[in-house]
Amino acid sequence: MLTIQNLHVSVEGCPILQGLNLEVKAGEVHALMGPNGAGKSTLAAVLAGKEGYEITEGEVLFEGRDISELSPEERSHAGIFLAFQYPVEIPGVSMIQFLRAALNAHRAAKQQEPLDTAELMALLREKAALLKLDPAFLSRSVNEGFSGGERKRAEIFQMAVLEPKLCILDETDSGLDIDALKIVSDAVNALRSPTRAFLLITHYYRLLQYIRPDVVHILVEGRIMRSGGPELAVELEEKGYEALLSTA
Amino acid sequence: MQPIEEDVLARHFSREYEWGFESDIEQEYAPKGLNEDVIEFIWTKKKEPPFMLDFRMRAYRAWRDMREPHWLNAYYDPIDYQEAYYYAAPKSISQNRPRSLEEVDPEIRRIFDRLGIPLHEQEILAGIAVDAVLDSVSVATTYKEKLAKMGIIFCPISEALENYPDLVKRYLGSVVPYNDNFFAALNSAVFSDGSFVYVPKGVKCPIELSTYFRINARNTGQFERTLIIAEEGSYVSYLEGCTAPRRSEHQLHAAVVELIALPNSYIKYSTVQNWYPGDKEGRGGVFNFVTKRGIAHENAKISWTQVETGSAITWKYPSVILKGDNSIGEFYSVAVTNNYQQADTGTKMIHIGRNTRSRIVSKGISAGKSNNTYRGLVQVLPSAENARNFSQCDSLLIGNTCGAHTFPYVEVKNPSAIVEHEATTSKIGEDILFYCNQRGIPTQEAVELIINGYCQEVLANLPLEFAVEAKKLLAISLEGSVG
Repeated sequence: MLTIQNLHVSVEGCPILQGLNLEVKAGEVHALMGPNGAGKSTLAAVLAGKEGYEITEGEVLFEGRDISELSPEERSHAGIFLAFQYPVEIPGVSMIQFLRAALNAHRAAKQQEPLDTAELMALLREKAALLKLDPAFLSRSVNEGFSGGERKRAEIFQMAVLEPKLCILDETDSGLDIDALKIVSDAVNALRSPTRAFLLITHYYRLLQYIRPDVVHILVEGRIMRSGGPELAVELEEKGYEALLSTA
Repeated sequence: MQPIEEDVLARHFSREYEWGFESDIEQEYAPKGLNEDVIEFIWTKKKEPPFMLDFRMRAYRAWRDMREPHWLNAYYDPIDYQEAYYYAAPKSISQNRPRSLEEVDPEIRRIFDRLGIPLHEQEILAGIAVDAVLDSVSVATTYKEKLAKMGIIFCPISEALENYPDLVKRYLGSVVPYNDNFFAALNSAVFSDGSFVYVPKGVKCPIELSTYFRINARNTGQFERTLIIAEEGSYVSYLEGCTAPRRSEHQLHAAVVELIALPNSYIKYSTVQNWYPGDKEGRGGVFNFVTKRGIAHENAKISWTQVETGSAITWKYPSVILKGDNSIGEFYSVAVTNNYQQADTGTKMIHIGRNTRSRIVSKGISAGKSNNTYRGLVQVLPSAENARNFSQCDSLLIGNTCGAHTFPYVEVKNPSAIVEHEATTSKIGEDILFYCNQRGIPTQEAVELIINGYCQEVLANLPLEFAVEAKKLLAISLEGSVG
């Protein structure tokens, strides 16, 4: 599904990713771990198409297609979803209005008619239940006055609604208490399917106790230093980055 | 947040003013310029009662001795008042007012049809009575008979002067005196038409009353006068909308609106102002110099809601004199400026009675090279025991070449008063746009969504039909202002 080859990315002339290789197949869950400043969030931003991230070398293929020239919304329509580390507030715009606009933009890209209100509401209520969100949440403004945990749940809720092919979760676990972490993990597990892939960006082993990854990668200084099965995360938890990498 | 790229902005300033068409209608004019003879001409033309000649003359003489105000935060060249016409009326109406909608000149009907304001009663949106005003003359008022059965008068003010001269005489100039300010004096001297509303005691007007103003003739000022009287315990919701042809010269619009809310009554006044704003280089456009003021007696409430998207310059401060105890004044405003538009708008809340309350919510949105100013006064007089005010003034900037300014004046002369003022300034940043884009929402649509959300509190105060219209206008006014 996602093939990244020798990716070099600079931000304001400063190289962040330096020859990153990654292959994610449909149905797989990959965890990307690494110390602060390793380039984890940069990778998420590059995949989503954020401006200001310059690919200086290498390529990113999504379902065999080079996505570097696609706009963020085209990537979204193609099936790439990013659960943000710091979701923004959109005052005065309810989750219903926001997701109506998003869903209908996705449908328009597929030459489908917009959803009518009844269909939209049925879908939103169903997905809200998956995240154990009070339906009243749908009428609240997007992320406005939400706690950190609520924002993260709202991100996964949006992911459930938009049903993307590739789900990138950028430190979704940070700021979640144990109950919220469990709710989010349950929802992610429920969304796992043979046609969908996940890229979990995280600092902590904790998340991986709830969402079991197929592959774990350790990113250091813009390159993947080690990859392995779930046991690699356990090893990392025990030894820490420095010790783990010096023994590698 | 990073600023949005300048060239991206420029690329999008593309939308033309949609209502800029011109219509060819035979007009009858007063002689050019302004002097006592012209005042008398207007008075004679309109066959008004004698007190009106006196009112107009006093206003004219007061105006003659006043100076054009230039204290606003906007620049305009002094206007040559002798180069304009102060009375222009479609000949077919000026000579013989149509008695029914069927008698309205088909060409005039076509103008309003193109504006989406059909004057055929069966086509009019249910629940809205319309008074259509073209170049200062009312051409048609719908639903008049239905309203008359409830004792509600909704008619052109010229007709009210003919049929209810005592009512007009009693209230005209009672809230905005003939010599209140330069433009109000000019209006008092030369106004030719506008709407008159009278709601009797205890009557809740069941439908929205609406006036649609259209400037058509060249080199004419539009000076309409609106007078709304709500008797004790009554309620009325009134809407006004306006457009003008696209012209390279400026057009002057100097209106006066007076609201009288008698004890326990409620007047809700909504405006969607979409006068021609001028072109992208700032040529042409309407100078919208308007005086709007209401007086609220005991337990009465006046609520102003305005969505201002048009005009080259807007100078307008819909105000409430909270005279009666427990009276309430509200002001909800969205003012959008783009290209070279300049807006200096806000409100005045004058607390006189005890326990008076006022609420101000102002949302300014500036784009292009425009300037958007909020100017407001909250005044609590010594008599206003326990007065309360809350003001929220927010500014949203789009791009790096526009300006937003806030001048809140607060004068409190009673120590029991509580006055709160909150203000924010924000930009539509790349972060929020990227967030929307990531969810699949294209930038232009995202901007509309964000703007509508930003204005939500104000738009929620508009009657539904108007809110839909206002949202479309906001989208169009700002179309392409963000890349």
